Amino acid sequence: MKAWFAQHVRALSASLAKLGRARLAMALNVLVFGVALSLPAGLYAGLDNLQRFAGNLERKPQISLFLTLDASAADTAAIESRLRQNAGIASFAFVPRENALEEFRQQAGLGDVIAQLSHRQQGDPARNARNVDEQANNPLPDAFVINANSDEPRTLDKMRAEFAQWPAVEHATLDSAWAEKLAAAVAFGRLATLFLATLLSVALIAVVFNTIRLQIMTLRDEIEVARLIGATDPFIRRPFLYYGAAQGFIGGLLACLMIAAAFALLDENMRAFAELYAADFRLQGLAYGDSMAVLAFSAVLGWLGARLSVGRHLKQSI
Amino acid sequence: MIGFSQVFKRYPQGRNSQAYSALSNISFTIQPGEMVFIAGHSGAGKSTLLKLIAGIELPTAGSVIVNGQNVGKLKPAAMPFLRRNFGLVFQQHKLLFDRTVFANVVLPLEIAGFERREAARRVRAALDKVGLLGKEKAWPITLSGGEQQRLCIARAVVNRPSFLLADEPTANLDAAYANDIIGMFQSFNRVGVTVVIATHDEAMLTRVAPRTIALKQGELVAEAEHGVMAERHA
Repeated sequence: MKAWFAQHVRALSASLAKLGRARLAMALNVLVFGVALSLPAGLYAGLDNLQRFAGNLERKPQISLFLTLDASAADTAAIESRLRQNAGIASFAFVPRENALEEFRQQAGLGDVIAQLSHRQQGDPARNARNVDEQANNPLPDAFVINANSDEPRTLDKMRAEFAQWPAVEHATLDSAWAEKLAAAVAFGRLATLFLATLLSVALIAVVFNTIRLQIMTLRDEIEVARLIGATDPFIRRPFLYYGAAQGFIGGLLACLMIAAAFALLDENMRAFAELYAADFRLQGLAYGDSMAVLAFSAVLGWLGARLSVGRHLKQSI
Repeated sequence: MIGFSQVFKRYPQGRNSQAYSALSNISFTIQPGEMVFIAGHSGAGKSTLLKLIAGIELPTAGSVIVNGQNVGKLKPAAMPFLRRNFGLVFQQHKLLFDRTVFANVVLPLEIAGFERREAARRVRAALDKVGLLGKEKAWPITLSGGEQQRLCIARAVVNRPSFLLADEPTANLDAAYANDIIGMFQSFNRVGVTVVIATHDEAMLTRVAPRTIALKQGELVAEAEHGVMAERHA
């Protein structure tokens, strides 16, 4: 057991010494690994951020009913009682147009937009700019926000269509639609990233395969002598496998560093961008576990490339 | 013990070569602790015979038995462990010129998985036996032909093998050096190592007068017990 361990340590140190000797070849291969891995891993992290952003929003879809601007209190009461009787509804809230306006105004910058809208409605911006009669000029309708029992898209859409037919309802919208589209886009992005990662993995295996092939050719004498004096195949393979795995590992490390640097840079800009929308959103790079996964995966890729190469090229000698 | 029983070795016809019979119908036995010379001219099959013993080549027919194991029937995975019983001294030395004398000699011990300090001790002992103790940090390329041969011997014996196989160990060496080398093999033999040496050096055979197996064009033509050649008529 001790001897076995010592052999592994020796093979590993021999491989690392080899890495030290072939600096340029090594550096180039590590760079190839770093760039090729940072692409899918970075995309993955980006998608993660996007999903987190979407996750911050209300997951359960809501239906909004916007009433006509001239809807009376009686109309509102009629709708309220119909909603109360509907078994498919978990809860609902009435948002009077005054409240809606107030809420809108509190959002930075939107007050001006409201003012603009109401002027246009009046058809005479000059006069209204001086003295805005807010109640009369409020462009926002009364609204109901409804939480349904179901989150089945088809049921919700049916409900939305039904509500839209009611008198004094201007239109009804299903709020979750865009969140669902985003989720679908993220899922598609994931799949595309997976394809990309698979393609690049194959390329990386090929790169290691070729590097190891060249090394075996230059070490042909050494391998032959080792065989003649009783080296087993695993003993001969070992340094090459460690070499491949070390290349992959260091390449993975480079990829993680590149992603971290890129996200740090992007986050600076992102924060300014998010402030514009009064959102508190920070970009997050690869999580600790994901970084570990990238390192392990790239080391395995390097090992696999070396294993295939050694398996193929050692068979041909002696 | 090494036993050959009706061993044939043929090389099939290649693209640029005729089919070629290197050894035919060879039978002999070498007892543990013996020192045996394989004699014959170039191309008589001496090297092939040594390669068959070490499992570097496999017999076309017949059986090669080493320590009770049939070398021709051995699984590839078991071959390295058979080889560790042999110290091999090659005609072309097969030294590794990108590492020092020490690193060349330690290689068999690394392969066998020796602990580092014990390995270093054994390497020094082996280098001492062949008179290269002061040169462990030297590069093989800086050694003379005779020194390279001795380095090869040190590498062969460092693992304390039970068999020492040498292919033309005295070729290209002057008489004094050659005597040195043979003396070394004799001293290893005295401590119980079975030694098999292939040579075409007639003068040395008469001087040492060992047991000799003579080959001619791949056939065993004579066996001599300590200098007395007995022609064999098949």
